[in-house]
Order: sequence, then structure tokens, then C-alpha cells
Amino acid sequence: MQDCLFYLFAALTLLCGVLVIANPFTRNPVTSAMFLVLTIVSMAGLFVLLHAFFLAAVQILVYAGAVMVLFLFVIMLLDLKEEERRRIKAGAAALAVVAAGCIAVIMITVIRQSKAGLGLETATVEGSTLDLGRKLFTNYTLPFELISLVLLVAMIGAVLLSKKDIK
Amino acid sequence: MTPVGLQHYLVVSVLLFCLGLLGVIVRRNVLVIYMSLELMLNAANLALVSFSRFNNNLDGQIIVFFVITVAASEVAVGLALIVALYRRRHTTHVEDLAALKD
Repeated sequence: MQDCLFYLFAALTLLCGVLVIANPFTRNPVTSAMFLVLTIVSMAGLFVLLHAFFLAAVQILVYAGAVMVLFLFVIMLLDLKEEERRRIKAGAAALAVVAAGCIAVIMITVIRQSKAGLGLETATVEGSTLDLGRKLFTNYTLPFELISLVLLVAMIGAVLLSKKDIK
Repeated sequence: MTPVGLQHYLVVSVLLFCLGLLGVIVRRNVLVIYMSLELMLNAANLALVSFSRFNNNLDGQIIVFFVITVAASEVAVGLALIVALYRRRHTTHVEDLAALKD
């Protein structure tokens, strides 16, 4: 049952990922954004299969919620009609596919050779909110506080950049 | 068929990462390039979570938590930059943004 769900979610993730970057029917960024939402949701499914329940919830809340709303907001704000008429150079696209494919083949070969995780098939870690929170507030208190600083700086930066007249 | 283990998750992660890389190289719209970057970050997250699960170590999930936070702030700043760029140059097409090249 779990294996079937894995294959289902993995196929869904990869299929929607392909449709984000190369949709044969349209090159509208809104469509890409919608398929990115689907990719993220099916990846949250993979997180649930890995027993990372809290991260699955955060993934849907932060990525599919906040980040994608931001993306859609900006796409709607800008007028992007003109983009769709440009051609993508076929030679450059073919070379890019070859390059990315080579990297994929290399990394998958390495994973197959290394036999990673054999003998550890009986995983026991549970990513429950309790364990994660306990770890976050004991071992990782300093990074947790620093990340709030990062968020503050990002907020100030975004406000500053959106001002009418940047010098 | 072998039961689903760490390798399966890592292969999915690699494929997703390469899809994101392909998108960054091929697409010419800054916004879609940004979405491909998110795809690559997500692929890294999947690898971290699966390592954390199969090595009985929760630290990987903590790192994913931080990666998601940094990605969110990165998107906020990056999209503000794109809006500022569009306001000045009226394009989001990377081939029109070659001022540093000339």
C-alpha cells in the first residue's frame, strides 16, 4: 500500500515538475505556477510517507500557501503577454536537456553504486511536532533566533525595494 | 519489486533537481526561472527528509525547516527585485536584461 502511494506521489511530483518548466500547450506563467502548487502538494504527500508530518503541513502552509500566493500576485501584477511570443532556441534547449540529463545519470549511478541505506530499511524516526519542537528549542535555539533575523531583514528589504523611487 | 527505500526517494529527488536545473537553463522568463529554483530547493528538501528518515536522525528535518524559511524570505526579496526591475525596464525577459554585458 505504502509502496503504491510512493510511486503515485513520485510520478505526480515528476509529471507536474515537467509541466512547470515545459508545458506543451501554453507558456503562460500562471499555468507554471499552478503546476508548481501541484508539485509541492504531492511532495507533501511524499513527506507524509516519510513520517515527516510537521514538515508536510509546513510545506503546504508556507509553500503552497504563502509563497505561491506571492508568485501569483506578482505574475498578475506584471503584464506578461509579450513573453509568450518569443521562441526558445531549439539548439540551446537540446544542449540544456543533454547537460541536465548527464547530471541526472551521474547522480543516479552514484546512488545505485553506493547502495545507500541498505540495512536501514526499518526506519524508526518519527517527525512528530513534539520531537521536532523539542530539538528545535534545545539543540538549535541559536539558529532559530538567527532565522528570525533573516526574516526581518528580508521583510525590510522587500519593503525598501518596492518603494517608488529607488536611488 | 524491491520495497521502497532510501534509494527510491533519492532518485526522485535527483530527477526533480535536474528538472529544476533544466528549467533555469531553458526558460527565459525570470519568474519561471524563479519557480525552477523553488523546484531545486524542494528536491534538496526531499533528499534531506529521506536521509533523516532512513538514518534515524531528526537533524535533517530541522535543516529542512530552516531551508523552507530561507526560501520564503528569498522569494519575498527576489520578487520585490523583479517588480522593481519591471517598473524600470518593462520586461521580465532575461535576454532583454543584458545591461552588464555591453
